[in-house]
Amino acid sequence: MALLYLAIVIWLLPLFAFVVQIFFGNRLPRKGDWLVVGAMFIDLILALIIFANILIQYDPGYRVTLHFDWIVLGTQNFPLGFALDNVTAVMLVVVTAVSALVFLYSIGYMKGDPRYSRYFAYLSFFAFSMLGLILFDNLLGIYMCWELVGLSSYLLIGFWFEKDSASNAGKKAFITNRVGDFGMFVGMLIVFYVTGTFSLDGIEASVVSGNFSGSILTAAGILLFVGAVGKSAQFPLHVWLPDAMEGPTPVSALIHAATMVVAGVYLVVRIFFMLTPDSMLVIAYIGGFTALFAATIALVQNDIKRVLAYSTISQIGYMILALGTGAYAAGLFHLMTHAFFKALLFLGSGSVIHAVEHAFRSGKIDADPQDMNNMGGLRRKMPVTFWTFIIATVAISGVPFTSGFLSKDAILAGTLSFAGTHPQHFLLPFFGFLAAGLTAFYMFRLVFKTFFGEFSISKAWGYVHESALTMTIPLVVLSILCFFVFYSYSPVSPDEGWFYHLIEKPEQAAVANAGSAMLTTGGEEGEHDSSHSYALIMSLIIAFTGIIISYKTYYSGKISAVEWGNMYPRLYRCMFNKWYVDEFYSATIIRFTLGWSAFCGWFDDNIIDRVVNRTARVTVVISWFNGKFDNIIVDGLVNGIANTTQLLGWFTRQVQTGKIQQYLVGLLIALVLIIILRTM
Amino acid sequence: MITLEVFLTIGALLFVFGILAVVTKRNAIGVLMGVELILNAANVNFIAFSFFTDTGIDGIMIALFIFVIAVAEAAVALAIVLNIFRNMQTINVDEIDSLKK
Repeated sequence: MALLYLAIVIWLLPLFAFVVQIFFGNRLPRKGDWLVVGAMFIDLILALIIFANILIQYDPGYRVTLHFDWIVLGTQNFPLGFALDNVTAVMLVVVTAVSALVFLYSIGYMKGDPRYSRYFAYLSFFAFSMLGLILFDNLLGIYMCWELVGLSSYLLIGFWFEKDSASNAGKKAFITNRVGDFGMFVGMLIVFYVTGTFSLDGIEASVVSGNFSGSILTAAGILLFVGAVGKSAQFPLHVWLPDAMEGPTPVSALIHAATMVVAGVYLVVRIFFMLTPDSMLVIAYIGGFTALFAATIALVQNDIKRVLAYSTISQIGYMILALGTGAYAAGLFHLMTHAFFKALLFLGSGSVIHAVEHAFRSGKIDADPQDMNNMGGLRRKMPVTFWTFIIATVAISGVPFTSGFLSKDAILAGTLSFAGTHPQHFLLPFFGFLAAGLTAFYMFRLVFKTFFGEFSISKAWGYVHESALTMTIPLVVLSILCFFVFYSYSPVSPDEGWFYHLIEKPEQAAVANAGSAMLTTGGEEGEHDSSHSYALIMSLIIAFTGIIISYKTYYSGKISAVEWGNMYPRLYRCMFNKWYVDEFYSATIIRFTLGWSAFCGWFDDNIIDRVVNRTARVTVVISWFNGKFDNIIVDGLVNGIANTTQLLGWFTRQVQTGKIQQYLVGLLIALVLIIILRTM
Repeated sequence: MITLEVFLTIGALLFVFGILAVVTKRNAIGVLMGVELILNAANVNFIAFSFFTDTGIDGIMIALFIFVIAVAEAAVALAIVLNIFRNMQTINVDEIDSLKK
């Protein structure tokens, strides 16, 4: 329990830093960067304490929770709660470690920016939202933090909002995410409708008891996954992530590579228990297709950050593929290893861009500092960046002795054994292996174009220099985390490591109920059989094939890339233009939306306004009649009654003369009349 | 022998003269005098009925009471007339119509 309180402290510390920074940041010494970075390093230490405790306990079933009532509406209670289990602990370490290093790196990268303090405030806010997303054990809480990370992502992508492309990219990211979030929200509503609770424990109970099953469970699982598709930039909602590279590079490293975009994977991990075989298949195919699809685009892009962005999409596709095929631990494992090496790749590219931009500015050259064609030979000037970048590239390509090899191999083995039990799904491992080869190819292409050869613009060469210490230290730390020893004793298999011991696949009641006729789980069980060694050998062959082709094309020049492009011009153009997905969206959805908006505007102007004006005029006329009726009929009636009363009063008043004698005469006449009448 | 009818006729005449005086006189004193006539018309009738029937002296006693009451009434009424005159400088009953208000 104490650990959970510690985790909540970890969560709230960045919020505190954010509040102080946003209000007083500019007045603090050094514009407050030490506060945010310091808070994050304290967070990292606390997370490591939690992690050490988890390692000491070494209990796969470890889980503590804390619940409290949030909203009570009549008899309906909406509780919130936090949970700390092994997955949470691992995620806490990943997020705080990458955050702390990126924050440190930002000090150097953002130096001299006019909104320096606000940048750090946003970063801190992001850390708060992301940690909340990890800690909540409740779909409602997760959804709130889900939107908060979307917001901080939006703020940071559009951080340099003076540039049109940056503010547009921010909007694009936000709106594309909304599409996914809508699906997720509908999924949550279905879950709530059936189970009456948002708590993951409560949902699990009703899935296990069989109350929540069948096609509605499949629908709920797929809809929740739609949220993950948006946030994790999976096909077809991947279009925002490459544009998100308009943000500062440390932001790309932290949010759009290591942490926020894997929130979708984390969500699938959290709802894993409620996935049915059908929803698993959907997830697997989307992940596998995205992995291959994004890799093909990355092959031909020239913008260094865009290559990395498509690489991120592809790698997240891997994780989703792993989860969809039931390789639960492998997917989560890849999430962790990817977070470190992809953050390193982004920070390394940031270091390169920073140096090249500086050189171009000093040499007064107007060229794009992110275009790889304008780079080359940087290894001689930037050794630290180069070597750390090489380590990360090797890791992502799946070369042995790296973390990436372990996790990617586990995923490929998982898909292979899944396809072994279900031969009709042979496409899934095919996607995986092909994407692995392409990954090795495009990553080495990037390295060769950037760090080898000659610098394209020799005039600026003299101005290139290695980045500052605050930027290189995070690179070195992250590169150390790319080696296998941190994850497993064995360089070829993660089975013996702490990770596979601590992360246990949750029971999938829906899959178990579906029986053996449907999909039985592949993944983890399969890794102990022969498919693991096949996967090992095949992935090695494919990775090295990719590296060698890349070497021959971009280093020794034995194969000409231009010739390849000319051989398949149509394919090349498709890949270069990202398979025209953006164009497709602007031709269909965006055009439809704009047309519909124009129609709505016209409708407003011409129909609704006209109706309103007519109504107003008719009302005026009716009011005029109404006024007349009031004045003449109603008032006349009232006045008439009054006048009549007055007249009657005047008549009767004539009798009342006040003269006693007249009254007496009346009295006598009446008396005489009475007497006469009585006697007759 | 004078019969009952003669007395009753005298009483009725007295009553009518009294009424006429009350209704027609403009002077409040005249009105009071009319009232005295009416009262005494009643007295004549009481005494005549007492004399011609065997009811003893009941009618005569009532006549005595009426005298006393008439005196008291005349005293009070004259005092009122004096006060009216003091307040309004007139005893013309046509001009005294404050009941109307």
